[in-house]
Amino acid sequence: MDEVFKALADPTRRTLLDRLFENNGQTLGELCERLNMTRQAVTKHLKLLEAANLVVTIWRGREKLHYLNPVPIHEIADRWIGKYERGRLRVLAELKKQLEGETNG
Amino acid sequence: MANSRFVYVTYIRATPEKLWRALIEPEFTRRFWCETWQECEWKPGASWRIMIPDGRVADSGEVLEIELHRRLVLSWRNEFKPELREEGYSRLTYELEQQGESVKLTVIHEIDKPDSKLIEAVSSGWPHLLASLKSLLETGESLKETRRWPEGI
Repeated sequence: MDEVFKALADPTRRTLLDRLFENNGQTLGELCERLNMTRQAVTKHLKLLEAANLVVTIWRGREKLHYLNPVPIHEIADRWIGKYERGRLRVLAELKKQLEGETNG
Repeated sequence: MANSRFVYVTYIRATPEKLWRALIEPEFTRRFWCETWQECEWKPGASWRIMIPDGRVADSGEVLEIELHRRLVLSWRNEFKPELREEGYSRLTYELEQQGESVKLTVIHEIDKPDSKLIEAVSSGWPHLLASLKSLLETGESLKETRRWPEGI
């Protein structure tokens, strides 16, 4: 769990997860292109995300594809968010989104 | 992209044998998979289906590949929502890999068409089921929300 929080503590890594959320299953090249970062920098961030199990990779032919893995985030949510709170929190999150517009945190 | 796919990974403190049983045996799936159970002979080419407690069939297909305690590939078509059923067969892969005292479970669900509604629908359910499966095997208790088939679905 420490690794998940450490991985999420960096804005670039959250952006990488956002890119995969928008378009899952990208190659390293595709991720670099859209982020305007060097391969080396993106590779370093992806390594940390993979160590935290937030990004998983599979090979398809000669391509290594990166996928967002939301399972660790669910495990964190399930640890602290009970059954009955979930509905109320969704309403609050929706309200916040509407009042503040779709800005990223 | 010409296909739709998600890949989910979780690490569960269990043996591959126990996890394998949890994925296919009714006494486990009823507890972490919303009271559903699967009917299948678990051999290559066997037909396979998931049953909903009220008697409907949720999804069906056949066993495409089976390697005991290691790998299971199923074809998968939704049977109870017409807009999902019409997309036809998707493919579900489970891979189990021992890593120290845990098993790395990889779940890949994919279909050869872009923007699949089926993949979107199942992708929101899987993280919850996997968290519940992990909880069941590690603590003996599944997560509350996954113990009952949701009302009205």
